[in-house]
Amino acid sequence: MAIGLHDSTIQNPVLRWVDQRLPVFTMMQKEYGTFPTPRNFNYFWNFGALAMVTLMIMIATGVFLSMNYTPHTAHAFDSVERIMRDVNYGWLIRYVHMNGASMFFIVVFIHIWRGMYYGSYKAPRELLWILGVVIFLLMMATAFMGYVLPWGQMSFWGATVITNLFSAIPLVGESIVIWLWGGFSVDNPTLNRFFSLHYLLPFMIAGVVFLHVAALHITGSNNPLGIDPKGPQDTLPFHPYYTAKDSVGLVVYFIVFAFLVFFMPNYLGHADNYIPANPLVTPAHIVPEWYFLPFYAILRAVPDKLGGVLLMFGSIAVLFVLPWLDTSPVRSMRFRPVAKWSLYLWLVSFFVLMWAGAKPADEPYVTISRIATAYYFAYFLVILPLLGRLERPLSLPESIAMPVLRGGGPVLAGAAAKPMEKA
Amino acid sequence: MAETMVPPGVTSGGPAGAPHGAPHGSHGGAAEGETRRDFLTLTTAAFAAVGVGAVVWPFISSMNPARDVLALASTEVDLSPIAVGQAVTVVWRGKPVFVRHRTAEDIQAARATPLSELKDPAPDQSRVQRDQWLVVVGVCTHLGCVPLGQRPTDAKGNFDGWFCPCHGSHYDTSGRIRIGPAPLNLPVPDYTFTSDTQIRIG
Ligand code: HEM
Ligand code: FES
Repeated sequence: MAIGLHDSTIQNPVLRWVDQRLPVFTMMQKEYGTFPTPRNFNYFWNFGALAMVTLMIMIATGVFLSMNYTPHTAHAFDSVERIMRDVNYGWLIRYVHMNGASMFFIVVFIHIWRGMYYGSYKAPRELLWILGVVIFLLMMATAFMGYVLPWGQMSFWGATVITNLFSAIPLVGESIVIWLWGGFSVDNPTLNRFFSLHYLLPFMIAGVVFLHVAALHITGSNNPLGIDPKGPQDTLPFHPYYTAKDSVGLVVYFIVFAFLVFFMPNYLGHADNYIPANPLVTPAHIVPEWYFLPFYAILRAVPDKLGGVLLMFGSIAVLFVLPWLDTSPVRSMRFRPVAKWSLYLWLVSFFVLMWAGAKPADEPYVTISRIATAYYFAYFLVILPLLGRLERPLSLPESIAMPVLRGGGPVLAGAAAKPMEKA
Repeated sequence: MAETMVPPGVTSGGPAGAPHGAPHGSHGGAAEGETRRDFLTLTTAAFAAVGVGAVVWPFISSMNPARDVLALASTEVDLSPIAVGQAVTVVWRGKPVFVRHRTAEDIQAARATPLSELKDPAPDQSRVQRDQWLVVVGVCTHLGCVPLGQRPTDAKGNFDGWFCPCHGSHYDTSGRIRIGPAPLNLPVPDYTFTSDTQIRIG
């Protein structure tokens, strides 16, 4: 083997030639082939891969939409209608992109929930978690700007309300909003820059996803028991075990996705967005896309402008410090009887907020949103820090292999050495 | 940081003192361990920071309103067709402006309100040039929706002015915020009466 070449184990001569000079195949083999993965994953562990697939679908459909889309206030709405009616399969590409955004949020919400339930944010995965929250923020920015592009009534008024959030900042708020708009209201300069950024951000997301996965491959995956693998008996090679499991999830994902696209493509959207933007008339009932509703409800729960804005951003910012708010060393909620139910209640508050966010800003919805908002924050800021001290967790299993193989699987050397205990 | 700016000579020595000799060669005290290299590093970093700022600024600034946007002409409004109790909406700088021909009751209601009841206290007199004509920017000061109340059929809110459906702000007949999350009154734009029946906004 020549000096300066990578010592490749790839057999195929062409691939080997490349691999010796740029060991991407070795890397893939290491990170996605033999990568030791806890053997006890459940289907919650599909959602990272599903999110990755969704990102690729969004970029692919987005690139093709851009070929027919015109970012100008006078033409944007018509160009989207033209995509729907005249461009070959334009309806398909747009519906996939539109519903893909919803699929993206469904998948990522479940992915985040998985992390919260199984304590994946805890040491040593704090940075991995933080990168995930960064991705989530970038996704929200991307989806928000994408929704502005068709230049319907909801596009326009959503853009107006959301950019105006920044006017709540004391002193410089007004200047920031004018800077964001590039004018004195949401108008053509705004649409142009939103298109530019909407095209750019998904590629930045791809970059952060790379870091997210790189960090994952340093710490290794968490698992439903939340305990560390203690040896080879606790892990499986990623391929074929988890490539196969991910494929099963992918099939289900595509069934749901296809059902949305082909049978109810506009169900998750808002009919008013098929009315061209009119800067002089606000629709009677403006609501953001469904995936922003919980945060929107938090905004509206506060009677003060700045307070509402701060709390809304705070509801996501709090995720950044979650690894330090949860002081319990036990990762998985399976072994935390009190924290588990507190977290389920948090999930209820999340759905209540989602529901209330779509209702008018009247009673009883405001009071309900306030209660749910209070619990949303209390979970992070009060309950978790206290439970770390007060709660008595159940006893953790000795190893991953033991509960999995209980009742007789192949007895592996390492696992057999230890006596069985109550799981 | 500031101590690092001591002239190189003070640290006692020629260039040879910098990499190796600093711990021995200096006279102790605050200047210990500081070298000509530290000074150069900081100076370079400071210049680099200013340079980056100078390069970034044009990009940030390019996102501010361009000159053609700033040059948007003022808007003329003919008041003669607006009957008492009616209102029209005109566009100025891409925003709606409400021009309302107020009734005697409207004016009376606005003036009778004690300032202590207002969230953003301003007497009605300070918000009009001629009592019967109220001119305000029709953009809710909460998050920018256009409040309802221009058309006779619209909801006008609890104070017979405007009602913002987005998050429920009520404005009175002087365009002042009365209830809801909006913090400020509807702003009064700069305008002048060019004749008895004509105004120019902007
Ligand atoms: C993170 C990935 C992405 C998300 C979450 C996302 C989200 C969205 C959303 C919600 C819409 C509005 C759909 C509608 O109601 O019509 C939209 C429109 C659009 N997006 Fe994306 N997008 C993503 C990636 C991309 C990329 C990478 C491109 C370009 C390369 C792109 C190009 C477009 C175009 C041209 C439109 C306007 C046409 C339309 O409204 O259907 N998107 N996007
Ligand atoms: S924008 Fe008018 S109440 Fe929020």
